[in-house]
Amino acid sequence: MYAFNYHRAKSVDEAVKLQKSASEGSFLAGGHTLIPTMKQRLAKPSDVIDISGLKELQGISVAGGTVTIGAATRHGDVANSPEVKKAIPALADLAGHIGDPQVRNRGTIGGSLANNDPAADYPAAVLGLGATVHTNKRAIEADKYFKGLFETALEQGEVITKVTFPVAEKAAYMKFPNPASRYALVGVFVAKTKGGVRVAVTGAGPGVFRSADMEKALGASFEADAVASIKVSSKNLNSDIHASADYRAHLVTVMAKRAVAKANS
Amino acid sequence: MAASGIGVSVRRVEDFRFLTGRGNYTDDINRPNQLHAHILRSPHAHAKIKKIDASKALKGPGVAAVFTGADIEKDQIGGLPCGWLVTDRNGQPMVEPPHPVLVADRTRHVGDQVAVVIAETRAQARDAAELVKIDYDEQVATVGLADATKKGAPLVWDQAPGNICYDWALGDSAVVDAAFKTAAKVAKVDIVNNRLIPNAMEPRAAIGDYDLAKGNYNLYTTSQNPHVIRLLMSAYVLKVSEHKVRVYSPDVGGGFGSKIYHYAEEAIVCWASRKLGRPVKWTADRSESFMSDAHGRDHLTKAEIALDAGGKFLAMRVVTVANMGAYLSTFAPCIPTYLYALLLAGTYTTPAIFCEVKAIFTHTVPVDAYRGAGRPEATYVVERLVDEAARVTGLDVAEIRRRNFIPRDAFPYQTPVVVQYDSGDYQSTLEIALKTADYSGFAARRAESAKRGKLRGLGLSTYIEACGIAPSAVVGSVGARAGLYESGLVRVHPTGSVTILTGSHSHGQGHETTFAQLAAERLGVDFDKIEVVHGDTDKIPFGMGTYGSRSLAVGGSALVKAMDKIIAKGKKIAAHLLEAAEADIEFKDGTFSIAGTDKKKTLAEISGAAYVPHNYPINELEPGLEEQAFYDPTNFTFPGGCHVAEIEIDRDTGVVQLVSFVAVDDVGRVINPMIVEGQVHGGVAQGMGQALLEGCVYDQKTGQLVTGSYMDYTMPRASDLPTLKVSTHNTLCTHNPLGVKGVGEVGAIGSPAAIMNAVHNAVAPFGVTHVEMPATPERVWRALQSAPKAAE
Repeated sequence: MYAFNYHRAKSVDEAVKLQKSASEGSFLAGGHTLIPTMKQRLAKPSDVIDISGLKELQGISVAGGTVTIGAATRHGDVANSPEVKKAIPALADLAGHIGDPQVRNRGTIGGSLANNDPAADYPAAVLGLGATVHTNKRAIEADKYFKGLFETALEQGEVITKVTFPVAEKAAYMKFPNPASRYALVGVFVAKTKGGVRVAVTGAGPGVFRSADMEKALGASFEADAVASIKVSSKNLNSDIHASADYRAHLVTVMAKRAVAKANS
Repeated sequence: MAASGIGVSVRRVEDFRFLTGRGNYTDDINRPNQLHAHILRSPHAHAKIKKIDASKALKGPGVAAVFTGADIEKDQIGGLPCGWLVTDRNGQPMVEPPHPVLVADRTRHVGDQVAVVIAETRAQARDAAELVKIDYDEQVATVGLADATKKGAPLVWDQAPGNICYDWALGDSAVVDAAFKTAAKVAKVDIVNNRLIPNAMEPRAAIGDYDLAKGNYNLYTTSQNPHVIRLLMSAYVLKVSEHKVRVYSPDVGGGFGSKIYHYAEEAIVCWASRKLGRPVKWTADRSESFMSDAHGRDHLTKAEIALDAGGKFLAMRVVTVANMGAYLSTFAPCIPTYLYALLLAGTYTTPAIFCEVKAIFTHTVPVDAYRGAGRPEATYVVERLVDEAARVTGLDVAEIRRRNFIPRDAFPYQTPVVVQYDSGDYQSTLEIALKTADYSGFAARRAESAKRGKLRGLGLSTYIEACGIAPSAVVGSVGARAGLYESGLVRVHPTGSVTILTGSHSHGQGHETTFAQLAAERLGVDFDKIEVVHGDTDKIPFGMGTYGSRSLAVGGSALVKAMDKIIAKGKKIAAHLLEAAEADIEFKDGTFSIAGTDKKKTLAEISGAAYVPHNYPINELEPGLEEQAFYDPTNFTFPGGCHVAEIEIDRDTGVVQLVSFVAVDDVGRVINPMIVEGQVHGGVAQGMGQALLEGCVYDQKTGQLVTGSYMDYTMPRASDLPTLKVSTHNTLCTHNPLGVKGVGEVGAIGSPAAIMNAVHNAVAPFGVTHVEMPATPERVWRALQSAPKAAE
């Protein structure tokens, strides 16, 4: 790790100002990507601006068919929240299977979404539920937020403040974990929502994506069998020592099938 | 005394300090005024070093020195020696290339040591390392074992054409060929024994502290055998007399073989400490461990077995290519030869065996012993062959084993592969294991799994291993450059408490408990009045350390010999004090008595007399009560057993889950059943890791280590294992005083074959006859995708 200046911001506004004045400022929430990258000397921020303690970024609330989660809320808090468990059990279940207890006790939803790791779990829920990512500047629909490998719609000086999830009629997430890292080798989030069925796939490609074929099939019949025979193209899917693109494509179908079955159970 | 003697599950005395953070590991030690070293490692698998420019780094804050291979050469520091010379099938010695502690002209694997930067802090050393400019001329690398011997493959060493270190063979090929001609059936396997990265919890670390006042080197290091390190480093590398070197291995957090070897960093910190006049500390980070700890396994094997019409094994033929990596690690050459081919008889009466082994250099990290070392590889070959033989003959996997076991009354049993087994009861072990595993109920369980969409398989491994290494003359005759005895010293203090000093080293095994139990039983001393000391060459007698499940069988035997000397001397003292004939003195439960009388003296009274010899046979007997012994075994020990694995395969994903595991092991006499069970648990976890999860992957073109972190190298987790059913069915070793065999490696030796046989059993209905190890989800899924037939 290289030397850096550490700041504990008192507000989002101050955090943004601190970043602006730094030659290379990084926001620190849970730190689960930033700190390992710094330790490997792959990231070299001049200033680390800690926003993990900001009150305005904390908390979970459910009202009017919407679950609102503050950006600095820990995965463990989402997983164990009675409100989330009641409103969108699939979201609590997803959060409860991110990493291990240590990760869940530090990692935050905002950090995960800002980083947009192609194998992260939260992007699947955000895209699958059609959530909205709120920042200090605007509200961004899920469909417009994710831009591929580690890329998002966030601009310089933009901080995620909260995420709002519309409560779905039915939803579930199934993950096939990478055996080594436990990131999603393939994760599929299915949701039957007011606006229709949404299927979001993480881990398989360069970023989270929706499966139009599956959404169409499930729109007609929200049953596991409806997706069981849908073959996903392996084109543009990831391939590594843990899974070839073909195998990932196959797993998308299997996980989708299982997610629907789980959503219906 | 029985409360803490032999056969009692005494709680480990080590655990208080380990569990409360009071352990003292090498990295916990800091010497006054110490500097910190960072090793610059080659980013290339194969490159010429054209130029190293350290001028900028030397100006970095806190930097004390940057040393390179040129400095090593200038100071005439020797290379790391290899401890075993294998002679090939033509009587020629293996190719033994140099193994410099810092390479000067060429790097031969990713992670090869190129330079060392030494600074006031670790961070400064690492910062400065980025300022060292190394001009590499990258060369094409030889990476994969299969391609290494092909024409045109880049040579790792010019002196090793075809990258062959040695081409070795054992057995009479003509006899084996003749047997194959008469065979009713032949079964064949073509298998990979996957390369493993050891991953001890504690990374390696070393502190060199040169004492200018005395001219002594002090090395603190994470070693399984401090005396071996002292000998190798002083005699071959630093070229100083070993009485000027102290090697101290304090608490060590796991070794599994990877901490046997003498590593470059140990010599570098000692040499640098002398040059700089200050202690120098180095601790590996995890990434360094992946690319600098010796790896394990890595064999390609084609094997076949000939059977008669009744399913009896007639002969076996085994052809293996074994990876040595880029350099010969300390014991590397003996692993795929004498610790491998000698085990190919397994638990069976196969009369003729021929094995040839080519050891190959590649541009990868050196490969050496890793928990089991050669024996898991042999077991995998034999037990996969036996299951394949059952398949081609149509015999039940248990029945074919029964027909071929060495019978209980046939011991000592001379195998066709040199070794003579002393004891065993293979069939009873099998029957107990089958009963425990409810073998007869398997069909019903398989049907129940099928209802849930799962494929269930059951696999056996009735393995043998050879440990308690080793008779010095025997290993010496086949190339060992060391003896393999062990030392023990027993010091009875004036008031009767006891200190035991052993050449064995505990790095998780619990010797401080087990050896104290031995002494409690033998000397009748309270368990808590016994202290076990190990790991410090200034304290312990010269000894060979811990590996090959040898500590109790060899180190424990040395202690028994030393304790017997204590008792013999005690009898003389007691005879004097009790005014009796020595022949009439009995020793039992810590008391010397005149047989048939109530006249007696406790050990404490005897030791009191020995240290305060006022009333003492001073003309015949020296004062004091301290005895040392060396024990050189007359044979290997041969633990064996039966492992029964049951797995379920998720048909949709190919995921294999181990759902049941039964181990019935024959480990000889058990001193501490809890520790034995723990050793089996750990070994099985590692064996399961090899079977289903772990595999070192190099990029076949560039030689980059793809599995260089836990993001990609899959370690076993608790959730990967069912509750293990572990028990023993012991026969005693006939040639050591305790009857012990050893337990450190059995779990890792027997279990991969059992689990892989279970995988093959599960996919057999689809006509699938081969799944590579580790049986990863995609491999299993692909095997099922391309299966010759849809199941029943």
